Amino acid sequence: MRRVHVQGVGRLPPAVRNVPSYATGPAWDEPQWSVAGPDGPELLTPAALDEAEMVQAVTAAALADAGLSRDDVGFICSGSNDYHQGRPFSFVMALDGVGCWPPKRESHVEMDGAFALYEAWVRLQHGDVDVALVYAYGRSSLGPTDEVLSLQLDPYFLAPLGPPPIALAGLQAQALVDAGLATEADFAAVVARAWRAAADDLYTSVSAELVEDRMLLHPAVASPLRAHDQASFADGAAAVVLVAEGAGPAIEGIAHCIDPMDFGTRDLTTSRSARLAHAAAGGGIPEVAELHLRFSPEALILRDALGLEEALVDPTGGTLPSDVPMVSGLTRVIAATEHVRGGAGRALAHCTAGPCLQQNLVTLLVAP
Amino acid sequence: MDQPALTSRFTLAYAYKRSLGPVIGAFMTGLRDRRILGARTADGRVIVPARAYDPASGEPTGDLVEVGPSGVIETVSHVAQPSPTDPVQVPFAWALIRLDGADTSFLHVVEGSAEALHRGLRVTARWRAERDGSLRDIEAFVP
Amino acid sequence: MSDSDHTHETAPVTRFKAPTRLDYTVTAAAVTADFLRHILEQRLVGRRCPVCAKVYLPPRGVCPTCAVRCHEQVEAGHAGTIDTFSVVRIPFEGQVLEPPYVCARILIDGTDAPLLHIVGEIAPEEVTLGMRVEAVWDDRPLPTLARVRYFRPEGGTP
Repeated sequence: MRRVHVQGVGRLPPAVRNVPSYATGPAWDEPQWSVAGPDGPELLTPAALDEAEMVQAVTAAALADAGLSRDDVGFICSGSNDYHQGRPFSFVMALDGVGCWPPKRESHVEMDGAFALYEAWVRLQHGDVDVALVYAYGRSSLGPTDEVLSLQLDPYFLAPLGPPPIALAGLQAQALVDAGLATEADFAAVVARAWRAAADDLYTSVSAELVEDRMLLHPAVASPLRAHDQASFADGAAAVVLVAEGAGPAIEGIAHCIDPMDFGTRDLTTSRSARLAHAAAGGGIPEVAELHLRFSPEALILRDALGLEEALVDPTGGTLPSDVPMVSGLTRVIAATEHVRGGAGRALAHCTAGPCLQQNLVTLLVAP
Repeated sequence: MDQPALTSRFTLAYAYKRSLGPVIGAFMTGLRDRRILGARTADGRVIVPARAYDPASGEPTGDLVEVGPSGVIETVSHVAQPSPTDPVQVPFAWALIRLDGADTSFLHVVEGSAEALHRGLRVTARWRAERDGSLRDIEAFVP
Repeated sequence: MSDSDHTHETAPVTRFKAPTRLDYTVTAAAVTADFLRHILEQRLVGRRCPVCAKVYLPPRGVCPTCAVRCHEQVEAGHAGTIDTFSVVRIPFEGQVLEPPYVCARILIDGTDAPLLHIVGEIAPEEVTLGMRVEAVWDDRPLPTLARVRYFRPEGGTP
């Protein structure tokens, strides 16, 4: 097995453009992104950039961070989903951002960029290529994100009823409550903690003052979940440079497992697939973990499945304050990379896809 | 330089038709005929809706077995304010229902208020008059 | 069955309809918005790559060869040369024009990448590679590529 290192990272901070109704407090100005302009860096609103420009910004930053050039890259892999921006083949046009001429060895997954990173890691194991560039972008602000996510549902038994993501998460949350494993106050505490941490995080451009004991006064949208229990969607992009036998935090293990989609045949109070993926990636207790959460109860399920103490989880605030569909998982890898660069010996990055934590990808990073 | 953003409405629509295969086809035919079918797995459980393969083992399933149309609410999530895309337009709940004779639970909607619906409540299917072989042939479950 | 039951079909169900519909509000990024505002003024304005100096029309945010952002705006001509073309003879759903019509790649004067558009005012069998064509503007003030109704042989129909 070749040891693969995360040698460079780049990202545009998540931009929450549809401000959730419960988010009061500090100003919610239109966020701005710093990108290369004609005379040095310029600040632009996310709406001003097209997908290729977003990809250009993050891939150029990741290559610079890795100390490499485009000519060094042997394989490119990206993650995105055209339904989010409603622009068919946007992933083909976005390839302009990395320079698609002369032709490159390239692949794309209709998944979060963390899954593109998984493919790139596998590709590097072949031995003939040493450097892979991975990127992801998402513009949920342009489309009906909940409806797009519902297209992932089983077309025979779930999609005809059209349950929105919060309805399925509501059933999972209620299953936890019924089993005596959590309370609505526990869910509120997860949300409040995430927003508090996000306010102090360099890359999260949003904050909200959520008063924990007042959160339960809000009406449920799909009981026992309230609007604030769902991650707020954002736009963003991220890139990672992987180098076999390179420098920087190393991938100790990476693994993906999946549960059946049919909720009636699995125990919603636990995540067997997350537990299996964690074990396959190397298992054990990391010093810090960055989880990909779509709904607050998932924090409790994942903490239990991965054997994590609360204090180790999501020091950046994670994805509840700002979830960039197709990017958040790759951003978890970047956050974990930065924890290792900052001195952590071992960091876990998690990515989920599908309803109710159906799919779980776990990456374990260690100091080089 | 501050000009209004240029925006445009854009609709993506696809008229997909899906073929069903022998087992899901039989399940949908059953719904049209007001019967809910499960499939017996190799280890003797009845999974509902009927599927050609057991999600737990990947083994092919065997006989189709009629279940319900009544059962017990196993997990429930209440919706006070239905959205236009929800299957019913009165207060309702998304529910996992363990139908009589089934060993797994089945996702559908149950009509009623948060006070009226709870775990353990017995509910039964209310059939649509016009049925064409889809999950919507059951309008909703009711207490 | 109850009196209100209207379902009389007895054949096995073998397929079902699963229509999908998603509604978006798309926003033009600055590069595209600039192009569309110029086309409204009956101007074709592309962007030049700062590294290889190629001019793209429609403009591209990033040069696909050099992977750098393109900032400089470049006014292009209203005429160009047919690079390649195809005659559309079959109808399809959502078609705007009546077949047969000519769809062509046109290298606009002052640019380095061809623009895809329609060629009109000429019989399809008379269109040739290398033919010079010019823009015919539409009267409707639409900020879209349809602001150019089509391209016709330069100097009018031969």
